[in-house]
Amino acid sequence: MEKTGFPLWLRRHWPGLVILTLMSLFPFLAGLAMGDPAAVPPEIQGVGRVLALAETGRAKFWQGMVIQMFILAVFAMSYDLLLGYTGVISFGHAMFFGTGGYVVGLLVKHAGWSAGAAVGVLLLVALLQSLMVGALSLRVKGVYLAMVTLAFAEFFYILAEATDFRQYTGADDGLHGIYPPPFLSPTDHRTRFYFLALVFFLTMYLAARRLVNSPTGRVMVAIRENEARAAMLGYNTFVYKLVALVAAGVMAALAGALNAFFNLGVTPSVLSVATTIDVLAMTIVGGAGTLTGPVLGAAIVHLLGYWLNRLFGQTWVLLFGVTFILIVVFLPYGIVGTVQARSWRWRAVWRERWRRIKEGRKFPLPS
Amino acid sequence: MAALLEVQDIHTFIGQFHILQGVSLEVPEGSITALLGRNGAGKTTTLKSILGLTPPREGKVIFLGEEIGGRRAYEIAAMGIGYVPEYRAIFTGLTVEENLRIAERRKGDLKRKADFIFTLFPDLKRLYRLPGGQLSGGQQQMLAIARALVPDNRLLLIDEPSEGLAPILIQELMGAIRRLSAEVTVLLVDQNFQMTSRLADRYFMIEDGRTVRSGAMADLLNEPDVIRRYLGAVI
Repeated sequence: MEKTGFPLWLRRHWPGLVILTLMSLFPFLAGLAMGDPAAVPPEIQGVGRVLALAETGRAKFWQGMVIQMFILAVFAMSYDLLLGYTGVISFGHAMFFGTGGYVVGLLVKHAGWSAGAAVGVLLLVALLQSLMVGALSLRVKGVYLAMVTLAFAEFFYILAEATDFRQYTGADDGLHGIYPPPFLSPTDHRTRFYFLALVFFLTMYLAARRLVNSPTGRVMVAIRENEARAAMLGYNTFVYKLVALVAAGVMAALAGALNAFFNLGVTPSVLSVATTIDVLAMTIVGGAGTLTGPVLGAAIVHLLGYWLNRLFGQTWVLLFGVTFILIVVFLPYGIVGTVQARSWRWRAVWRERWRRIKEGRKFPLPS
Repeated sequence: MAALLEVQDIHTFIGQFHILQGVSLEVPEGSITALLGRNGAGKTTTLKSILGLTPPREGKVIFLGEEIGGRRAYEIAAMGIGYVPEYRAIFTGLTVEENLRIAERRKGDLKRKADFIFTLFPDLKRLYRLPGGQLSGGQQQMLAIARALVPDNRLLLIDEPSEGLAPILIQELMGAIRRLSAEVTVLLVDQNFQMTSRLADRYFMIEDGRTVRSGAMADLLNEPDVIRRYLGAVI
């Protein structure tokens, strides 16, 4: 009997729900496990004590780590919409991430706007920026596209570093003092900011999933596989690539804004090509062409970076490079991609076998 | 009978190579027209020139009475030309269903055509949820043709459908093409002269990028010398 409605939904989505529950409980579990009991006055007891513990010691630090993972995960997912789903290789994705940080930074710090209004304007700016960059760069393909997007990103990087605008952007010192509303302060209310980041991540994940599972998403995949074929079905592939780029650009800009609020500032390095390489590594490690891949990749790259840095100091980059090469060699489609590719085949073979057993026929499988 | 598609003396360059040096052909509505020629004669380039994938520099391509030379590939496709490229050009990362659904030009296309498609290719129904990459060569070819049948196309350009298929599958494929030609006009390119000669009503023969002969297929079959000379085939 085929399950329908809620039971079926539950059966399909239970792993995600388990992860979501764990993510929601993380600050409190971390508080209990790693909080600093000495920092919480003894008269605070019960639930209040758990909440207070979450704001102390290593519990606070690890919440910060996970917040950054959420932000990077959204950034990596946005990049994967281009690289993994549409097959567009952009070397300028940091531009959108950095624009997010700088636009909210300038508006909040210099124009005195509220964080909400700044994010609202950022949406518009990111939309226009990605439309403009897309309209100009998507006319070329492959390496040329990578170079054109790199040029755009470098333009914004140089702009952010330019001493001419030091009074606004802080030039190479960066723009500091980008404060979110006090009740969401990442220093005073880390747990609240954690949940803000969690909700942001979840919203972006669902939005991205909606996009890739839509008819538009299927055309994006078709373009990745063979653009001429997609055109031959009557699709204006330029428009679809532009849609992917705009979605990716806006998503990355929002992640960049949250990053600026979390770090209370932004430096030109977020606009550099190194940031794009990071996000490329996250996507490839996790698995391009999947949504969970970049999320996992972001978490792994961030954690690995932290641990390697702690254990080996300056040489961590070298070790990270070796790890990256090993992952690419042994998991050619990234972690999630490789597992999926193998399990697809495995599941398909067994489903087919099961069907044939039920029908009592034995034919060789189609290969 | 008015021609659905008319190609008038087209010249196409790929890079600096002058590949088509005057190809002309006519595809009457409701027929199967074969494009014959040896390897490298320019058959595939002719199809691609019609579709705007390698736009001709000179000459005219007229479809449904409109000049379509110089239009973008997706615009030409949307006018009602379906293309089944060589080498089973399906989307391997999409399932059979998604491969078909993506070809919808209007909502409900697949629903309306599903019965027709499954009558022609019953295998596809069984494989509906499998990724295209897991299909066998024959099944992929069926899927590529089925995909071109989803929207309301007036003309199908089918390039080398029998390539690499077992003889039994070629028989099945021929049956399918014959049946689908009742619904849609076909311009067929295939090396397998046995197959094209049995399917097509008319032919155009290309050599070195030029149309050298044309006529009724029945007449060509009476000229074994011509067949041997231009195609190297023996019947």
